[in-house]
Amino acid sequence: MITVPQECRFTEALPLDCGRSLKDVVIRYETAGKLNADASNAVLITHALTGDAHVCGKHDVSDRKSGWWDEMVGPGKYIDTNRYFVICSNVLGGCSGSTGPQSIDPDTGKPYHLDFPVITVRDMVRAQKRLIDALGIRQLLAVVGGSMGGMQVLQWAVDYPDAMRAIVPIATAANYSPQNIAFDWVARDAIRSDANWKNGDYPPDDPPCRGLAAARMLAHITYLSEESLGRKFGRNLQDKSEYDFDFAHDFAVESYLEHQGKRFVERFDANAYLYITRATDYFDLTAETDGDLAKAFARVSAKFLIVSFSSDWLFPTRQSRLMVEALLRDRKEVSFCEIQSGYGHDAFLLEVDALGRMVRDFLRQVEVK
Amino acid sequence: MMFLRRDLDVNRRRDLEVIAGLVQPGNRVLDLGCGDGVFLKQLKEERGADVLGIEIDSDSIGRCIANGVPVIQGDLDNSLDFAEDHSFDLVVVSHTLQEIKRPDLLLKHIVRVGKRAAVSFLNFAHWRCRLQLLAGKMPRNAQLPYQWYNTPNIHLGTIADFRDTCREFGIEIVQETPIAARFPMLSRHLPNLFAVGAVFVLEKR
Repeated sequence: MITVPQECRFTEALPLDCGRSLKDVVIRYETAGKLNADASNAVLITHALTGDAHVCGKHDVSDRKSGWWDEMVGPGKYIDTNRYFVICSNVLGGCSGSTGPQSIDPDTGKPYHLDFPVITVRDMVRAQKRLIDALGIRQLLAVVGGSMGGMQVLQWAVDYPDAMRAIVPIATAANYSPQNIAFDWVARDAIRSDANWKNGDYPPDDPPCRGLAAARMLAHITYLSEESLGRKFGRNLQDKSEYDFDFAHDFAVESYLEHQGKRFVERFDANAYLYITRATDYFDLTAETDGDLAKAFARVSAKFLIVSFSSDWLFPTRQSRLMVEALLRDRKEVSFCEIQSGYGHDAFLLEVDALGRMVRDFLRQVEVK
Repeated sequence: MMFLRRDLDVNRRRDLEVIAGLVQPGNRVLDLGCGDGVFLKQLKEERGADVLGIEIDSDSIGRCIANGVPVIQGDLDNSLDFAEDHSFDLVVVSHTLQEIKRPDLLLKHIVRVGKRAAVSFLNFAHWRCRLQLLAGKMPRNAQLPYQWYNTPNIHLGTIADFRDTCREFGIEIVQETPIAARFPMLSRHLPNLFAVGAVFVLEKR
């Protein structure tokens, strides 16, 4: 399946949580499937921290890789594009086609860099809502996403309670834990400590690669589990049988992380990483309800399917259960399952079949009513 | 669940018929150990109930979702704390109590959470069980297919035991319906000897 990147340009400035607003916002998005006559089959998929709008299919038949959730989304797949009109957009503040810190500030004619306003998950969702409005969709069938995508899903249900019939927040939480904030701090510290960062004003051809790679390596560890690292690498050495007694990589896991870091800097921008991680730090559905989650969910009308994974220590099951309990106190319709998996947080991308069957069957049930 | 598998046609589960008869349109019903959700689906579609299941097994949860029944994954030994007092019209515990580590705590919870609770279980004092014990062996039959060492049924009891327990906990028995396989008359008069099981409807006194 070939998908075509498209752009939606907002004519009106986008107000932001920080009090500022953004002019000439562009949101990059892709769609798959066909919107039906009464526009009732639209499914919005929200991407995780470093994802993009390219959720499924290929841009060109010669592409080596397909979209980031291609195993899940497509014709005849769990989120079936023969049935649903699937939309996925790059988040506001991103670096894959939507307006972000590397975009040109219309007031100065130069890239924003650190003049870009600090955005929130709610701002990302506000931009998505405009996109959905522009596409002529009054009510989405569902909003589905994992990790930071799950935060957007939850924010959608809270901010626009009538704009969807169901939501599927996966491997996520109602607020970002202090542990997660701590990891983000270290990741951003690595970027900001890189001499190439230059307070955000680095030239496009000389970005803070070391800092961004370190940030990615750190984050990557949090996406895995002790079990999955052990199973994948053990204490194996990389292309050698003895220690080198130096500080270059000896272990397979070291070599793997270095590779992940290197690949990441080719596709991701350091400033965007700062902004997006900051947005997740600020994510807290209960910010305005004094920590009361049931109060935060009081107005939602979507049906929930909440999914967590047993070995996910970044967004542990306990955090999903807090949401379930709050929703039950509000007498909302919610289903919850913890899928057994050894993959850690990454399970939301890897346990395609276990997750997919559940999401498929849930969407079918939402569809009939 | 273990005596008679949930995926059997619910029509064959007389205890469920009795329980279904308790449900009024619009009632909020919580089924603990709801299996594949077929019973709740029936309550939802035929009786207009607002249903929720709790189930521990992921595959069963998947089937609940496919059946359109909202379900929460949970372990009945520690997952009722979330529910507020009297937040359900009926809490159903059908052939599940015997697998729970602390059925006493669960009983206290269900009459707290539900305005009413319906509990069905197998009667271990049924004459055939008694005969097997008299012969010196643990009872085994179609409904108790396990050996003593591999049975999930760790808290089997009798109708008489259950009555005593309710009295001890200050739980009122609103209704007691013996389930008979063969001798309906005898079961009604001497349930603890002739009924294979029973449905108790309970309220907190």
